Amino acid sequence: MARYDDITATVGDTPLVGLPRLSPSPEVRLWAKLEGANPTGSVKDRVAARMIAAAEADGLLHPGATILEPTSGNTGIAVAMIARRKGYKLVAVMPENTSVERRQLLAAFGAEIVFSPAAGGSNAAVAKARAMAAERPDWVMLNQYANPANAAAHYEGTGPELLRDLPELTHFVAGLGTTATLMGVGRYLREHAPGVQIVAAEPRYGELVYGLRNLDEGFVPELYDEKVLDRRLSVGTEDALRRTREVLSEEGLFVGLSTGAVLHAGLALAKEAVKAGRSADIALLVADGGWKYLSTGAYSDVLDDAVDALDGQVWA
Amino acid sequence: MSIEVRIPTILRPHTKNEKVVTGEGETVDALFTDLDSRYTGLRARVVTEEGALHRFVNIYINDEDVRFIGGLEAKLADGDSVTILPAVAGGM
Repeated sequence: MARYDDITATVGDTPLVGLPRLSPSPEVRLWAKLEGANPTGSVKDRVAARMIAAAEADGLLHPGATILEPTSGNTGIAVAMIARRKGYKLVAVMPENTSVERRQLLAAFGAEIVFSPAAGGSNAAVAKARAMAAERPDWVMLNQYANPANAAAHYEGTGPELLRDLPELTHFVAGLGTTATLMGVGRYLREHAPGVQIVAAEPRYGELVYGLRNLDEGFVPELYDEKVLDRRLSVGTEDALRRTREVLSEEGLFVGLSTGAVLHAGLALAKEAVKAGRSADIALLVADGGWKYLSTGAYSDVLDDAVDALDGQVWA
Repeated sequence: MSIEVRIPTILRPHTKNEKVVTGEGETVDALFTDLDSRYTGLRARVVTEEGALHRFVNIYINDEDVRFIGGLEAKLADGDSVTILPAVAGGM
Protein backbone atom coordinates (compact mmCIF):
# COMPACT_ATOMS: atom_id res chain seq x y z
CA MET A 1 0.00 0.00 0.00
CA ALA A 2 1.54 3.29 -1.02
CA ARG A 3 -1.44 5.63 -0.58
CA TYR A 4 -1.41 8.08 2.35
CA ASP A 5 -3.84 10.62 3.79
CA ASP A 6 -1.23 13.38 3.83
CA ILE A 7 2.55 13.90 3.60
CA THR A 8 3.20 13.44 7.33
CA ALA A 9 1.85 9.88 7.12
CA THR A 10 4.83 8.93 4.91
CA VAL A 11 7.38 9.36 7.72
CA GLY A 12 9.37 6.19 8.53
CA ASP A 13 9.29 2.63 7.16
CA THR A 14 12.31 3.49 5.01
CA PRO A 15 14.04 1.01 2.65
CA LEU A 16 17.00 -1.12 3.73
CA VAL A 17 19.23 -1.80 0.74
CA GLY A 18 22.27 -4.04 0.35
CA LEU A 19 25.69 -2.68 -0.65
CA PRO A 20 27.00 -5.76 -2.50
CA ARG A 21 29.91 -4.01 -4.21
CA LEU A 22 31.30 -2.51 -1.01
CA SER A 23 30.70 -5.67 1.04
CA PRO A 24 33.97 -7.59 1.34
CA SER A 25 32.50 -11.10 0.99
CA PRO A 26 29.17 -12.98 0.79
CA GLU A 27 29.50 -13.65 4.55
CA VAL A 28 30.31 -10.06 5.54
CA ARG A 29 27.60 -7.77 4.24
CA LEU A 30 26.84 -4.07 4.50
CA TRP A 31 23.29 -2.69 4.45
CA ALA A 32 22.08 0.90 4.21
CA LYS A 33 18.90 2.23 5.84
CA LEU A 34 17.84 5.07 3.58
CA GLU A 35 16.43 7.80 5.81
CA GLY A 36 16.65 10.23 2.91
CA ALA A 37 13.40 8.59 1.75
CA ASN A 38 11.50 10.52 4.45
CA PRO A 39 9.36 13.46 3.25
CA THR A 40 11.85 16.31 3.84
CA GLY A 41 14.76 14.07 2.98
CA SER A 42 16.26 13.10 6.33
CA VAL A 43 15.97 10.93 9.43
CA LYS A 44 14.82 14.05 11.29
CA ASP A 45 11.27 13.73 9.96
CA ARG A 46 10.80 10.89 12.45
CA VAL A 47 12.11 13.05 15.26
CA ALA A 48 10.18 16.21 14.37
CA ALA A 49 6.90 14.33 14.06
CA ARG A 50 7.37 12.59 17.41
CA MET A 51 8.57 15.70 19.32
CA ILE A 52 5.72 17.86 18.01
CA ALA A 53 3.14 15.17 18.80
CA ALA A 54 4.54 14.91 22.34
CA ALA A 55 4.46 18.69 22.84
CA GLU A 56 0.86 18.79 21.63
CA ALA A 57 -0.11 15.95 23.95
CA ASP A 58 1.53 17.81 26.84
CA GLY A 59 -0.51 20.91 26.02
CA LEU A 60 2.61 22.99 25.22
CA LEU A 61 1.73 23.78 21.60
CA HIS A 62 -1.35 25.75 20.58
CA PRO A 63 -2.30 27.06 17.13
CA GLY A 64 -0.13 30.06 16.31
CA ALA A 65 2.59 29.06 18.79
CA THR A 66 6.27 29.70 18.03
CA ILE A 67 8.76 26.82 18.15
CA LEU A 68 12.43 27.64 18.81
CA GLU A 69 15.12 25.08 17.96
CA PRO A 70 18.92 24.98 17.63
CA THR A 71 19.66 23.00 14.47
CA SER A 72 22.33 22.67 11.81
CA GLY A 73 19.57 22.06 9.28
CA ASN A 74 17.84 18.71 9.06
CA THR A 75 15.77 18.97 12.25
CA GLY A 76 14.84 22.54 11.42
CA ILE A 77 13.70 21.61 7.93
CA ALA A 78 11.63 18.69 9.26
CA VAL A 79 10.07 20.78 12.05
CA ALA A 80 9.38 23.61 9.59
CA MET A 81 7.41 21.32 7.29
CA ILE A 82 5.16 20.02 10.06
CA ALA A 83 4.90 23.47 11.65
CA ARG A 84 3.70 24.90 8.35
CA ARG A 85 1.00 22.25 8.01
CA LYS A 86 -0.15 22.73 11.60
CA GLY A 87 0.00 26.49 11.83
CA TYR A 88 3.04 26.94 14.09
CA LYS A 89 5.92 29.33 13.52
CA LEU A 90 9.57 28.15 13.64
CA VAL A 91 12.64 30.13 14.67
CA ALA A 92 15.73 28.03 13.83
CA VAL A 93 19.10 28.86 15.42
CA MET A 94 21.83 27.62 13.08
CA PRO A 95 25.65 27.94 12.87
CA GLU A 96 26.57 30.46 10.16
CA ASN A 97 28.96 27.93 8.56
CA THR A 98 26.34 25.48 7.28
CA SER A 99 25.53 24.92 3.61
CA VAL A 100 23.40 27.39 1.66
CA GLU A 101 20.86 24.71 0.71
CA ARG A 102 19.89 24.27 4.35
CA ARG A 103 19.16 27.97 4.69
CA GLN A 104 17.20 27.94 1.46
CA LEU A 105 15.10 24.96 2.51
CA LEU A 106 14.34 26.45 5.92
CA ALA A 107 13.28 29.68 4.26
CA ALA A 108 11.19 27.77 1.70
CA PHE A 109 9.24 26.08 4.50
CA GLY A 110 8.68 29.47 6.12
CA ALA A 111 11.11 29.31 9.04
CA GLU A 112 12.91 32.34 10.44
CA ILE A 113 16.68 31.79 10.78
CA VAL A 114 18.92 33.23 13.50
CA PHE A 115 22.64 32.62 13.02
CA SER A 116 25.13 31.61 15.71
CA PRO A 117 28.93 32.03 15.32
CA ALA A 118 30.87 29.47 13.25
CA ALA A 119 33.43 28.88 16.00
CA GLY A 120 32.09 26.35 18.47
CA GLY A 121 29.80 24.68 15.92
CA SER A 122 26.52 23.44 17.25
CA ASN A 123 27.46 24.22 20.86
CA ALA A 124 27.12 27.90 20.04
CA ALA A 125 23.70 27.35 18.44
CA VAL A 126 22.49 25.51 21.53
CA ALA A 127 23.78 28.26 23.84
CA LYS A 128 22.17 30.98 21.75
CA ALA A 129 18.83 29.16 21.61
CA ARG A 130 18.85 28.72 25.37
CA ALA A 131 19.49 32.43 25.88
CA MET A 132 16.64 33.30 23.49
CA ALA A 133 14.29 30.85 25.21
CA ALA A 134 14.99 32.50 28.56
CA GLU A 135 13.82 35.83 27.11
CA ARG A 136 10.74 34.36 25.41
CA PRO A 137 9.06 31.97 27.85
CA ASP A 138 6.02 31.79 25.54
CA TRP A 139 8.12 30.11 22.83
CA VAL A 140 8.39 26.33 22.84
CA MET A 141 11.90 24.86 22.61
CA LEU A 142 11.62 21.19 21.62
CA ASN A 143 15.27 20.73 22.59
CA GLN A 144 16.17 17.68 20.54
CA TYR A 145 19.34 17.08 22.61
CA ALA A 146 17.32 16.38 25.75
CA ASN A 147 13.83 15.47 24.48
CA PRO A 148 13.01 11.80 25.22
CA ALA A 149 10.60 11.84 22.24
CA ASN A 150 13.69 12.10 20.01
CA ALA A 151 15.11 8.75 21.16
CA ALA A 152 11.59 7.28 21.37
CA ALA A 153 11.10 7.88 17.62
CA HIS A 154 14.01 5.50 17.03
CA TYR A 155 13.12 3.02 19.79
CA GLU A 156 9.61 2.69 18.37
CA GLY A 157 10.34 3.14 14.65
CA THR A 158 13.88 2.81 13.30
CA GLY A 159 14.91 -0.05 15.64
CA PRO A 160 11.93 -2.37 15.03
CA GLU A 161 12.10 -1.71 11.26
CA LEU A 162 15.77 -2.73 11.18
CA LEU A 163 15.26 -5.98 13.07
CA ARG A 164 12.17 -6.83 10.99
CA ASP A 165 14.12 -6.37 7.73
CA LEU A 166 17.45 -7.83 8.90
CA PRO A 167 16.93 -10.40 11.68
CA GLU A 168 20.54 -11.59 11.22
CA LEU A 169 21.89 -8.11 12.09
CA THR A 170 25.26 -8.17 13.93
CA HIS A 171 26.29 -4.46 13.96
CA PHE A 172 24.44 -1.15 13.86
CA VAL A 173 26.40 1.99 12.93
CA ALA A 174 25.06 5.56 13.03
CA GLY A 175 26.39 9.07 13.35
CA LEU A 176 26.61 10.78 16.71
CA GLY A 177 24.84 14.15 16.79
CA THR A 178 22.07 14.44 19.36
CA THR A 179 22.90 10.75 20.03
CA ALA A 180 19.17 9.89 19.88
CA THR A 181 19.41 7.51 16.91
CA LEU A 182 22.04 5.40 18.66
CA MET A 183 20.26 5.63 22.04
CA GLY A 184 16.82 4.70 20.68
CA VAL A 185 17.87 1.99 18.22
CA GLY A 186 20.58 0.80 20.62
CA ARG A 187 18.16 0.26 23.51
CA TYR A 188 15.68 -1.51 21.27
CA LEU A 189 18.36 -3.87 19.95
CA ARG A 190 19.79 -4.50 23.43
CA GLU A 191 16.35 -5.74 24.47
CA HIS A 192 15.45 -7.69 21.34
CA ALA A 193 18.80 -8.75 19.81
CA PRO A 194 21.32 -8.58 22.67
CA GLY A 195 24.38 -9.68 20.67
CA VAL A 196 24.28 -6.76 18.25
CA GLN A 197 27.20 -4.30 18.47
CA ILE A 198 26.11 -0.65 18.70
CA VAL A 199 28.78 1.56 17.12
CA ALA A 200 28.91 5.36 16.90
CA ALA A 201 30.67 7.14 14.03
CA GLU A 202 31.59 10.57 15.31
CA PRO A 203 32.62 13.32 12.91
CA ARG A 204 36.05 14.81 13.53
CA TYR A 205 35.81 18.35 12.22
CA GLY A 206 38.52 20.83 11.36
CA GLU A 207 40.12 23.00 14.02
CA LEU A 208 37.86 25.98 13.44
CA VAL A 209 34.87 24.08 14.77
CA TYR A 210 36.59 23.14 18.04
CA GLY A 211 38.09 26.60 18.16
CA LEU A 212 38.79 27.83 21.65
CA ARG A 213 36.11 25.73 23.34
CA ASN A 214 36.58 25.92 27.05
CA LEU A 215 37.02 22.36 28.27
CA ASP A 216 34.98 23.13 31.38
CA GLU A 217 31.96 24.24 29.36
CA GLY A 218 31.83 21.50 26.73
CA PHE A 219 28.66 19.87 25.59
CA VAL A 220 27.36 16.34 25.94
CA PRO A 221 23.71 15.86 24.96
CA GLU A 222 21.43 15.05 27.89
CA LEU A 223 20.12 12.03 25.97
CA TYR A 224 23.59 10.43 25.77
CA ASP A 225 24.28 7.33 27.84
CA GLU A 226 27.61 5.75 26.92
CA LYS A 227 26.49 2.38 28.31
CA VAL A 228 24.25 1.91 25.26
CA LEU A 229 27.29 1.96 22.94
CA ASP A 230 29.96 -0.69 22.39
CA ARG A 231 32.38 1.52 20.49
CA ARG A 232 32.80 5.08 19.36
CA LEU A 233 34.92 5.75 16.26
CA SER A 234 36.08 9.17 15.15
CA VAL A 235 36.15 9.88 11.40
CA GLY A 236 37.93 12.87 9.85
CA THR A 237 36.68 15.07 7.02
CA GLU A 238 38.83 13.47 4.31
CA ASP A 239 37.84 9.87 5.12
CA ALA A 240 34.16 10.84 5.32
CA LEU A 241 34.30 12.65 1.99
CA ARG A 242 36.20 9.84 0.26
CA ARG A 243 33.60 7.28 1.41
CA THR A 244 30.72 9.55 0.40
CA ARG A 245 32.11 9.51 -3.13
CA GLU A 246 32.87 5.79 -3.03
CA VAL A 247 29.30 4.75 -2.19
CA LEU A 248 28.08 6.99 -4.99
CA SER A 249 30.44 5.57 -7.62
CA GLU A 250 30.27 1.93 -6.47
CA GLU A 251 26.65 1.54 -5.40
CA GLY A 252 24.85 4.50 -6.94
CA LEU A 253 23.80 5.89 -3.57
CA PHE A 254 23.81 9.70 -3.36
CA VAL A 255 24.22 10.36 0.36
CA GLY A 256 25.13 13.16 2.74
CA LEU A 257 28.51 13.49 4.43
CA SER A 258 27.57 11.94 7.76
CA THR A 259 26.95 8.72 5.83
CA GLY A 260 30.53 8.85 4.57
CA ALA A 261 31.67 8.76 8.21
CA VAL A 262 29.24 5.94 9.03
CA LEU A 263 30.43 3.95 6.01
CA HIS A 264 34.08 4.46 6.96
CA ALA A 265 33.38 3.00 10.41
CA GLY A 266 31.25 0.21 8.90
CA LEU A 267 34.02 -0.81 6.51
CA ALA A 268 36.48 -0.96 9.42
CA LEU A 269 34.10 -3.33 11.24
CA ALA A 270 33.69 -5.40 8.06
CA LYS A 271 37.45 -5.70 7.71
CA GLU A 272 37.74 -6.87 11.33
CA ALA A 273 35.05 -9.52 10.73
CA VAL A 274 36.83 -10.82 7.61
CA LYS A 275 40.15 -10.98 9.47
CA ALA A 276 38.55 -12.88 12.37
CA GLY A 277 36.76 -15.27 9.99
CA ARG A 278 33.32 -14.24 11.30
CA SER A 279 30.20 -13.54 9.29
CA ALA A 280 28.60 -10.14 9.80
CA ASP A 281 25.54 -8.15 8.70
CA ILE A 282 26.32 -4.51 9.32
CA ALA A 283 23.48 -1.97 9.11
CA LEU A 284 24.48 1.63 8.36
CA LEU A 285 22.15 4.53 9.04
CA VAL A 286 22.02 6.87 6.03
CA ALA A 287 20.73 10.05 7.67
CA ASP A 288 20.12 11.98 4.46
CA GLY A 289 20.79 12.27 0.74
CA GLY A 290 23.44 14.47 -0.83
CA TRP A 291 21.13 17.19 -2.12
CA LYS A 292 21.77 19.72 0.64
CA TYR A 293 25.56 19.50 0.22
CA LEU A 294 25.92 20.05 -3.52
CA SER A 295 27.08 23.65 -3.10
CA THR A 296 29.98 22.56 -0.87
CA GLY A 297 31.73 20.92 -3.84
CA ALA A 298 31.64 17.59 -1.99
CA TYR A 299 30.75 15.65 -5.13
CA SER A 300 32.44 17.72 -7.82
CA ASP A 301 35.65 19.45 -6.68
CA VAL A 302 39.13 17.93 -6.60
CA LEU A 303 39.16 15.88 -3.37
CA ASP A 304 41.75 18.03 -1.57
CA ASP A 305 39.91 21.25 -2.42
CA ALA A 306 36.60 19.82 -1.24
CA VAL A 307 38.22 18.66 2.03
CA ASP A 308 39.67 22.14 2.60
CA ALA A 309 36.30 23.75 1.91
CA LEU A 310 34.44 21.43 4.30
CA ASP A 311 36.99 21.25 7.08
CA GLY A 312 35.81 24.38 8.88
CA GLN A 313 32.14 23.39 8.69
CA VAL A 314 29.84 21.28 10.82
CA TRP A 315 29.49 18.82 7.95
CA ALA A 316 27.50 16.19 9.83
CA MET B 1 58.03 3.59 22.09
CA SER B 2 56.90 6.84 20.63
CA ILE B 3 53.32 8.12 20.63
CA GLU B 4 52.25 11.13 18.61
CA VAL B 5 49.72 13.31 20.46
CA ARG B 6 47.50 15.91 18.75
CA ILE B 7 46.77 18.91 20.93
CA PRO B 8 43.61 21.02 20.49
CA THR B 9 43.94 24.82 20.24
CA ILE B 10 42.64 25.36 23.76
CA LEU B 11 45.47 23.28 25.31
CA ARG B 12 48.37 24.66 23.26
CA PRO B 13 49.38 27.19 25.89
CA HIS B 14 50.66 24.11 27.76
CA THR B 15 52.70 22.85 24.81
CA LYS B 16 54.40 26.12 23.72
CA ASN B 17 51.78 26.25 20.94
CA GLU B 18 52.90 22.93 19.45
CA LYS B 19 50.05 21.19 17.59
CA VAL B 20 51.64 17.77 17.81
CA VAL B 21 53.92 16.50 20.58
CA THR B 22 55.37 13.06 21.28
CA GLY B 23 55.39 11.07 24.47
CA GLU B 24 55.83 7.60 25.89
CA GLY B 25 53.78 5.21 27.96
CA GLU B 26 52.19 1.76 27.96
CA THR B 27 48.80 3.26 28.79
CA VAL B 28 46.98 6.57 28.29
CA ASP B 29 47.53 7.29 31.99
CA ALA B 30 51.30 6.74 31.71
CA LEU B 31 51.41 8.82 28.53
CA PHE B 32 49.87 11.85 30.26
CA THR B 33 52.20 11.49 33.22
CA ASP B 34 55.13 11.50 30.80
CA LEU B 35 53.78 14.50 28.89
CA ASP B 36 53.18 16.44 32.10
CA SER B 37 56.90 16.23 32.95
CA ARG B 38 57.60 18.41 29.90
CA TYR B 39 54.28 20.21 29.41
CA THR B 40 53.32 21.26 32.89
CA GLY B 41 49.61 21.39 33.64
CA LEU B 42 48.53 19.42 30.58
CA ARG B 43 47.54 16.33 32.53
CA ALA B 44 45.27 18.23 34.93
CA ARG B 45 43.28 19.63 31.99
CA VAL B 46 42.47 16.12 30.81
CA VAL B 47 42.45 13.94 33.94
CA THR B 48 40.52 14.81 37.13
CA GLU B 49 41.99 14.67 40.63
CA GLU B 50 39.98 11.47 41.13
CA GLY B 51 41.81 9.94 38.17
CA ALA B 52 38.98 9.96 35.60
CA LEU B 53 38.75 11.65 32.22
CA HIS B 54 37.20 15.10 32.33
CA ARG B 55 33.57 14.96 31.18
CA PHE B 56 34.00 17.35 28.26
CA VAL B 57 37.28 15.94 26.95
CA ASN B 58 37.46 13.09 24.47
CA ILE B 59 40.63 11.11 23.83
CA TYR B 60 41.12 8.81 20.88
CA ILE B 61 43.78 6.19 20.18
CA ASN B 62 43.94 6.30 16.39
CA ASP B 63 40.16 6.52 15.71
CA GLU B 64 38.91 4.73 18.82
CA ASP B 65 37.38 6.62 21.79
CA VAL B 66 39.36 5.42 24.83
CA ARG B 67 36.26 5.40 27.08
CA PHE B 68 35.21 2.18 25.33
CA ILE B 69 38.60 0.44 25.41
CA GLY B 70 39.63 0.82 29.02
CA GLY B 71 39.68 4.58 29.60
CA LEU B 72 42.95 5.79 31.11
CA GLU B 73 44.12 2.18 31.29
CA ALA B 74 43.72 1.73 27.51
CA LYS B 75 46.89 0.20 26.06
CA LEU B 76 49.18 2.01 23.65
CA ALA B 77 51.47 0.54 21.01
CA ASP B 78 54.46 2.07 19.27
CA GLY B 79 53.33 4.26 16.40
CA ASP B 80 49.83 4.91 17.80
CA SER B 81 48.43 8.37 17.36
CA VAL B 82 46.50 9.96 20.24
CA THR B 83 44.07 12.84 19.68
CA ILE B 84 42.58 15.09 22.37
CA LEU B 85 39.38 16.95 21.47
CA PRO B 86 36.84 19.05 23.33
CA ALA B 87 33.32 17.54 23.31
CA VAL B 88 31.21 19.40 20.78
CA ALA B 89 27.65 18.85 19.64
CA GLY B 90 27.43 17.17 16.27
CA GLY B 91 25.10 18.19 13.52
CA MET B 92 21.40 17.93 14.00
